Amino acid sequence: MYNKIKLTLVSLLSVILISSASFARDLVITFDDMNPGPKAAFENAIAKFQKENPDINVIANNGDREEHKAAIRNFLIADAPDVTSWYPGNRMRPFVKAGLFEDVSDVWDANNFHEDLAAIKPTMSIGGRQWGVPYSYYQWGVYYRKDIFDELGLFEPNTWVQFKYVCDKLKENGITPITIGTKYLWTAAGVFDYINLRTNGYKVHNDLTAGKIKYTDPRIKKTFEYWAELVNAGYFLENHSSMSWQDAVVPFANGEAAMYVMGNFSVDAYKNAGLSYEQIDFFPFPKITPGVPRAEEAPADAFFIPTNAKNKRDAKKWLAFVARPDVQTEWNKTIGQLPINSKAQVADDKFIKQGFETLNSAAGLAQFYDRDAVAEMAAAGMEGFQEFMMKPDRLDKILKRLDKIQAKVYK
Amino acid sequence: MEQIVRFNENKRNYSENKLAFAPWYFLLPAIIFFLIYVIFPIFQSVWISFYEWDGLGEAQWVGLANYVELFDDEYFYTSLKNNFIWLIMYLLAVPMGLFIALFLNQVVFGIRFYKSLFFFPFVISQVVVGLIFSWFYNPNFGLLASIFLSFGLEPIAVLSDEDLVTYGIIFAGLWPQIAYCMILYLTGLSNVSKDLMEAARLDGAKGLKMLWHVVLPQLRPATFISVVVTVIGALRSFDMVAIMTEGGPYGSSNVLAYYMYETALSEYGFRLGYGSAIATVLFFIMLVYIGYFLWRLYKNEREV
Repeated sequence: MYNKIKLTLVSLLSVILISSASFARDLVITFDDMNPGPKAAFENAIAKFQKENPDINVIANNGDREEHKAAIRNFLIADAPDVTSWYPGNRMRPFVKAGLFEDVSDVWDANNFHEDLAAIKPTMSIGGRQWGVPYSYYQWGVYYRKDIFDELGLFEPNTWVQFKYVCDKLKENGITPITIGTKYLWTAAGVFDYINLRTNGYKVHNDLTAGKIKYTDPRIKKTFEYWAELVNAGYFLENHSSMSWQDAVVPFANGEAAMYVMGNFSVDAYKNAGLSYEQIDFFPFPKITPGVPRAEEAPADAFFIPTNAKNKRDAKKWLAFVARPDVQTEWNKTIGQLPINSKAQVADDKFIKQGFETLNSAAGLAQFYDRDAVAEMAAAGMEGFQEFMMKPDRLDKILKRLDKIQAKVYK
Repeated sequence: MEQIVRFNENKRNYSENKLAFAPWYFLLPAIIFFLIYVIFPIFQSVWISFYEWDGLGEAQWVGLANYVELFDDEYFYTSLKNNFIWLIMYLLAVPMGLFIALFLNQVVFGIRFYKSLFFFPFVISQVVVGLIFSWFYNPNFGLLASIFLSFGLEPIAVLSDEDLVTYGIIFAGLWPQIAYCMILYLTGLSNVSKDLMEAARLDGAKGLKMLWHVVLPQLRPATFISVVVTVIGALRSFDMVAIMTEGGPYGSSNVLAYYMYETALSEYGFRLGYGSAIATVLFFIMLVYIGYFLWRLYKNEREV
């Protein structure tokens, strides 16, 4: 009898031991893009990673972007995945400061990322350490209706004077020069960033978003003067504040508007709106102040490891994996964006190629106003930009208000 | 006749005082949940309003700094002003609800169907109402734009105009609110005493005179409830603003409830202390009305 019990116990124990040994290690990865392209790219990468690491059991969760933004504060504390997607710059700062993101500088050291991912390194770093690994970025610039330009005999403008000439000609022909939808504010920030980068350069952009320069600074006022030239001449789409960026694609698609200051993700929307590839083209935002080195907007997307992750060892494997040249090449081909790893290859697509050239020759890469500036400042700033576009004569009042908020936010 | 059973000092035994304890057993669950989910959070948010806290790190005691900042905040005053516009305009729902109720309070074939049509906006969600109206106002394809164009006028983008936007949202909000007041009045009207009407008619009262001196006094409870729900509805207006404009353009349609959400919980700000300070101010404004409401209720009960 006694032996029988012992036997049962031993066999039970061995079953537990064997099964736990054959259990793969779980790796939970949370992603935040359900759009067809990004979803497919993510799933392909997961499949490849799984194949290379059969001993890891990858559990991939993909959710809606806005929901992800709302949920991240909770899950980082309560139920952290091993890897999560998020954004660099000031968007990662609160989590880094609160100790919720893991320092991944060792992944950068071990994989030569300091060199290969140099383009995005500054925005992935806080306090000289790196906190995540980027997998993709994309260019901003001016997308335009090539067919309309050809019909009116217009060329891609290179300078501010040329740009205004193009706007003027378009308006003369009853076409709104620049389409924009500012209901969700950030599109106006894109225009502001570009005029500011071209007027004052990269350093002023950084100093402004870091709270080192006031909004009433003469340099920033100069930026608004240039912007006012476009606003007062009526070059922007009317009623832009009741439209989202997708709504503003409609006049662009049906030929009522001819240019759009946007990010490369918008190309998909133009095609879906019925425009053919030949009808659209791209040029970098024109020069304003001569001699200011050309800096560009290039927001990056990245992966991070929460401090509360359970399987950090394999999470780091995933970070090293997503930054590998072959993985980045494949991933960005699928989503129509640019790989960050300088050893990766860009897709054979006219927008991607132009973007690659534009960004590679840029003197500096800005993340975007609302990623470079502190969140609270960004919210007030973007509302100010929208107000300026509707009531340009209120500029002084708006700038003073922004100064006040800036003084409060960057104490 | 009803009689409240009181604790009897002479009866020491629990079983003999059972009836005095019984009401508390039934009240207990409600009291517990009310304390946890209503009373405690009120004190907690007042408490948080004295801190600077982003919800992640350590909360930092700042005393009254959030309130000092609040009283120097343009957006706060815009929101406060809009709240008062809401309060006044929203009260239009009461007379309009009464008007529709009087109109529908007749015996015609299919009246139930008509009543349900008028009641319909109250049944659908506020979010849907907001969506419908933002399409209605859309300057490119909206119904309002078509109406303007058919008169040869340039369409107005109501939701992009800082002066019109709040009125535009309130107009949308009135739609379900009128239906709500109408229902309150309809039930009130069914209780209007026939004898009094009869007597008034014999004395020669009719039309507006009859309404003012005979019907309305009998509708006082319905009027009271309508005013109270409308005032509270106006003060906590949130869904419409969130759906139709998100407080825009540039904050000009903000109300306190939405501004609180924006500063404390939205994508661009996690200032829970500052948000709580806004909530506290909003709470004290509401307290005036709620206090009045409770006082009236108490007085009425005593009179009965």
